[in-house]
Amino acid sequence: MKNIQKRKALGALFEVLCVLAAGVAIMVLALILYYVFRRGVAVVNFSFLTSLPTPVGVAGGGIGNALIGSLLMVGLGALIAVPVCIAGAIYLDQNPASKLAAYARFATRVLSGIPSMVVGLFVFSQLVLRTGHYSALAGGVALSIVMAPVITLSAEEMLRLVPSSQREASMALGATKQQTVFRLILPGAAGGLIVGVMLAVALAAGQTAPVLLTALTSRFWLTSLAQPTASLPVLIYHYATSPFADWQAHAWGAALVLVAVILVLNVTAQVLLGLINRRR
Amino acid sequence: MAQGVNIENFSFWYGPTQVVKNISLSAPERQVTALIGPSGCGKTTLLRSINRMHDLTTGTRSEGRITVGEEDIFSAAVDPVDLRRRVGMIFQTPSPFPHLSVYENVAAGLRLHGLARGKEIAERVEACLCKAALWEEVKEHLHRPGALLSGGQQQRLCIARALAVEPEVFLMDEPCASLDPVGTMRIEELIGELKHDYTVLIVTHNMHQASRISDQTAFLLNGEMVEVGITKEIFLAPQDPRTEAYLTWKIG
Amino acid sequence: MQEIRRASYSGTREGLFHYITFLAALGLVALVLGIFFLVTMQAAPAWRAFGFSFLTTSIWDPMHNEFGAVPALVGTVLTAILALVVATPLSVGTAIFLSEMLPQRLRRPLSFMVELLAAVPSVVYGLWGLFVLAPWLRTGVGQFLTDHLGFLPIFAGPSLGIGVLTSSLVLAIMVLPTITAISGEVIRGVPTGLREAMYALGATRWEVITRVILPTSKPGIVGALLLGLGRAIGEAIAVTMVIGNANLLPRSLFAPAQTMASLIVNEFPEAFDLHLSALLLLAALLFLITLAINIIAAWFVHRPSPDATATDKESVWARLLPKGGG
Repeated sequence: MKNIQKRKALGALFEVLCVLAAGVAIMVLALILYYVFRRGVAVVNFSFLTSLPTPVGVAGGGIGNALIGSLLMVGLGALIAVPVCIAGAIYLDQNPASKLAAYARFATRVLSGIPSMVVGLFVFSQLVLRTGHYSALAGGVALSIVMAPVITLSAEEMLRLVPSSQREASMALGATKQQTVFRLILPGAAGGLIVGVMLAVALAAGQTAPVLLTALTSRFWLTSLAQPTASLPVLIYHYATSPFADWQAHAWGAALVLVAVILVLNVTAQVLLGLINRRR
Repeated sequence: MAQGVNIENFSFWYGPTQVVKNISLSAPERQVTALIGPSGCGKTTLLRSINRMHDLTTGTRSEGRITVGEEDIFSAAVDPVDLRRRVGMIFQTPSPFPHLSVYENVAAGLRLHGLARGKEIAERVEACLCKAALWEEVKEHLHRPGALLSGGQQQRLCIARALAVEPEVFLMDEPCASLDPVGTMRIEELIGELKHDYTVLIVTHNMHQASRISDQTAFLLNGEMVEVGITKEIFLAPQDPRTEAYLTWKIG
Repeated sequence: MQEIRRASYSGTREGLFHYITFLAALGLVALVLGIFFLVTMQAAPAWRAFGFSFLTTSIWDPMHNEFGAVPALVGTVLTAILALVVATPLSVGTAIFLSEMLPQRLRRPLSFMVELLAAVPSVVYGLWGLFVLAPWLRTGVGQFLTDHLGFLPIFAGPSLGIGVLTSSLVLAIMVLPTITAISGEVIRGVPTGLREAMYALGATRWEVITRVILPTSKPGIVGALLLGLGRAIGEAIAVTMVIGNANLLPRSLFAPAQTMASLIVNEFPEAFDLHLSALLLLAALLFLITLAINIIAAWFVHRPSPDATATDKESVWARLLPKGGG
């Protein structure tokens, strides 16, 4: 018979290893946030958020145009993706067993697994090369493709949560399918749909490769959708890989802003989701 | 081998809620003691206290004494891990390990405690399966996943698995709740066999079952023990009006 | 049912509504097919020009239109696998700790924090790798390894701070939250009944973990690891920032290298004709490799368990969605 003390000691040893693994993992991740915060806070102020970048060696300068560029391209992406994806999700919800629904679901899942770099190169070769220039528009298109699977899959899940008893009741009252969708299902799932869009926006805001390959970057304010456009992630990438200390410092400032926005979006989405689940 | 279980003034709390109230009960060795009562009366909680299963849940608290044989199970000298080997438990839902074969399910406890080696394991597995009245049905496919058996067979597999670690007491928490009548009958027959060697405490919702298989019956209501006595007497002539109400409502 | 369906087509507005949602769903399918076919079509010239030698030769020379992807392929596979080697024990250990060893009250916030880190953009991981991890690997650990283990080929040469090792570590940190989150979910999905059955046999907590919980959740954990692998293979920016971008076969862990994705990031602005086609061929390969890995991963994560304790498939699918990266 095995000694029970020995078995317990062995278990304790391995459990300590698990604690260590968790400690290392959580510490490394905390360390990343810590550095972003500490080095970013040193740079971020009002003029940093609102001015144009300055050339190397010139004091001041900021990320104003990148902030606006990111906002615009993510907004553009959402503008394209949200209606299409929610309409698509309504189709999946209304015709769950149809062949197209099965293909669309599979396509969405494939899309969610494609490296965003591939999406970037696709839009680069189809839009940038054909039109002859990098543009905010191409950036928005690339981001809409990145956002599409997140919005579609979350929307489908949220729509499905509207109970079938309510749907049947609505139909029994003589409402058409369309009326049922607009008056019952969409309002019922609105909170969940917003959560999905927020998560998609957070994802898109942090994308570098798709934007780099389609909108490149710019040192000026945005004046047209058809010109190269700055964005936060690309600015971080360029500044970080530049050899200049002040640019590198600015990369940390931009990273702080970007991470703050993304984390706030994610936390808000989770809190919203919690509220929705509690109400149900 | 078999040991009696003695419960003295035992109370139990989940957080602020008291679910077992000052219960005393003695389950003599080599007898079947049935715990009956409506849902939420504390019978399962009481049963799970006997092998200290509640240690795994935070926010629970207990008072009073429970002894298995001569030993106080809450004393510092008793290791709950070792206690659980000595006090076997069968659950409401059959729970064979899905990743293991029939054979390995029974051998799991042997390997865990190093109770057998090499050829010995095969012998012990066969013996336990025989004792659980399952050997004839599974000897041809010992190496198929245990989860592929029927519900009743799965439950007997769980009994064989518990037998393998040589317990002194068997705790059964509604072992037939998810079984069909044939499966139930086989388990009841098996319990009749087991009591020759073990002390059995069984929680059941089924009054007929309690009257068929138990020697002693305890009726619990709202965490309190209303009545305990020889099964025949309890069923034929309950002393407490609440017991009578429950039995007639249940049976009649 | 048939009646209702026919009725819904009667009004033209109803028909239009159905038609619009139908087009949207069709659009999603068309998008994926479009990406796949347009990318492969544009990759075709490079494939026609080089065929399998694209996958077996090592010279990548845009000046002379000669393209062999071996260094990029090796760099991709090497960094991704090393990342997984580092991330597996850390993330599975963390998942076990969070799910099995912590009381519920602490588990929630800590798991949430770890999952939140999956949302941090990859460029930020790259930034940290470049300015915090790389200097540390150049001076501290790197110096130590070259001084004491430099005789081993894998630690040969000076540690520049950027290269295979740094990229692998950055990738490991990036995939850690994802693997931890999915593994944790799978582990928590193991039915309580199985845990209790093992405890009731007289097992210690660690025995319950190794003999019941890990074996029953193994398919899900393997799926989580594969998803992490897929993400590491496709990661572009963070790797580009710390790998050194040298299109050579790495001779040691300290050597700079190149991955398929970093090669595309570095060369897309000047690429045209055959060069561009070669980059698109890399993208097509990335597409296919990650697609295959994701399909296998999904199969593992969703594989029906023998005792039909199916977890909620859709919620697991939601986990497979990308959160950060790019």
